[in-house]
Amino acid sequence: MATLDRDLPSGAVRQRPRRRPRSDRDLSYRALAVVTGCVLAFLYAPIATLMIFSFNDNKVMRLPFGDWTLQWYVKAFTNPQLLAAVGNSLIVAVCALAICLAIGIPTALALSRYDFPGKTVFRRLVILPITLPGIITGVSMLSFFSQLGVELSLTTVILGHGTAFAAIVITSVYARLERFDRRIIEASADLGVTPLRTFWKVTLPNIKTSIIGSSLLVFTLSFDEIPVTFFLTGRDNTLPMYIWSAIRRGITPEINAIGTVIIAVSIILIVVSAVILIQPAERRRER
Amino acid sequence: MRYARRRRLEFAALVSAPVIWWVVVLLVPYIIMLMISFYRTQFPFHVPDFQIANYLKIFAESQYVTILLRSLKISIFVSIVTFALAYPLTYFLVFKVRSPRVRTIIYVATIVPLWVSYLLRVYTWKIVLGTEGILNTFLIWVGVVNEPIEVLIYNQFAMVITMAYIFTPFMVMPIYATLEKIPRSLIEGSKDLGVGSIGTFLRITLPLSVPGILVGFTFTFCFSFGDFISPRLVGGPYSNMISNVISTQFGQAMDWPFGSALSMIMLFIVLAVITASDRFERAGRLDLG
Repeated sequence: MATLDRDLPSGAVRQRPRRRPRSDRDLSYRALAVVTGCVLAFLYAPIATLMIFSFNDNKVMRLPFGDWTLQWYVKAFTNPQLLAAVGNSLIVAVCALAICLAIGIPTALALSRYDFPGKTVFRRLVILPITLPGIITGVSMLSFFSQLGVELSLTTVILGHGTAFAAIVITSVYARLERFDRRIIEASADLGVTPLRTFWKVTLPNIKTSIIGSSLLVFTLSFDEIPVTFFLTGRDNTLPMYIWSAIRRGITPEINAIGTVIIAVSIILIVVSAVILIQPAERRRER
Repeated sequence: MRYARRRRLEFAALVSAPVIWWVVVLLVPYIIMLMISFYRTQFPFHVPDFQIANYLKIFAESQYVTILLRSLKISIFVSIVTFALAYPLTYFLVFKVRSPRVRTIIYVATIVPLWVSYLLRVYTWKIVLGTEGILNTFLIWVGVVNEPIEVLIYNQFAMVITMAYIFTPFMVMPIYATLEKIPRSLIEGSKDLGVGSIGTFLRITLPLSVPGILVGFTFTFCFSFGDFISPRLVGGPYSNMISNVISTQFGQAMDWPFGSALSMIMLFIVLAVITASDRFERAGRLDLG
């Protein structure tokens, strides 16, 4: 918006009276810039600390630094329990994502395309898991499974995550569906195309980016989930549960190493999703 | 004819299936939790009953009232701290930064930490603030203090800092969205009429950003209120929140009916906060109309 103003060729903008002395603007600019810098430092310093200390051979994380080392990475990657936990987390995240998509996309379609009795209540209901604290989803599903006599395992964790995060897919796909022209679907139906084919050829390409974006988010959140997992897990640990119990036993630099790897992977995922999601939006704006 | 039947089939598949699924995995568990909250505990089992002793216990025993009030207090503090951090940053981005590219980069940079493991972000504060932690050893190393400062961790201060750190992005996002939507002409107009920067801010920008602030407060409040990880890791002995009590009831204490009652109270408070902020936000929007 600011650039638009400046690019205006007419003299009208320039003739506007000078509003403030420069020094005043500079002062508030500088003060705000300093605050912004501090907030960014506040957000990133702890993460940076974690990453730096994963390469440090101090057994206790303290200053001054010791020597550089990769031993914590070696330890982390040769720890069978930790590797098993990573494997479990991957299984959970992939399966939970599959559930979220399988149930989330039809739910979004139902909310966007159809009117049915109780729709408002239904819409409120399905977004509850992301509005309410995770602990409530965890506790209520624990009660549910115990009433059914289901034994806790990775399967219950997967169902829990699928329930907890489907709302992310629903809201994002729903928002996209609301924006695209319904007449295209009608045209496709009028031309005798079957609904399923219309979905593949017309609807899906239109909601593709929202599906990819929410999938990445669901995957990351599930990989990292604690409050629901805490109540629904059986004997198998997911990675966050492993880290949680390790932290409670005491701090080990191994956690820094695995943490650094997780952060690196998350950042790669963000960059990928940013390229996929932000680029088209900017291109559209430039056009 | 065939078209109508197909529509009906489509309706059945697209509406009935999701509705049934969500009723089974979401509504039924909530109802079961509500039922259990009326049950009676005969340690270590719970027996079906219909009585409200579990709810009365929350308000009759002072320790639970204290914990409930503490949870509210901490969550409000966290919201205030995140607001104090997020607002200047967002204001700077929207009104002071000229280059859209720089603005996008800084905005994304404040959101990115959300993607970094929640647990790890709590954990980093444990290593930063710990008695043998980075901050203390740094201060000793530089010579500011001779002995580790004990008050940095395992108290409510550490908890508020940690949670504020975690939830700041949730405050930034909605405030950014509302500030971005404020018409520049209003601000220019106010300045052309001779109102100073501070006056313009207080009379135009701040009131118009109230909806975003409300959403931000609601987010951070609800998330902090339900958090049981940070209190456990950096909170210390006097920092139990209601969510910690709930997790204990479903764990060692084996008192599911009491835990369910606490969960229902939490659910009620969170829904009340969300509904109230929704009402205010809508009222605010009408006001602008």
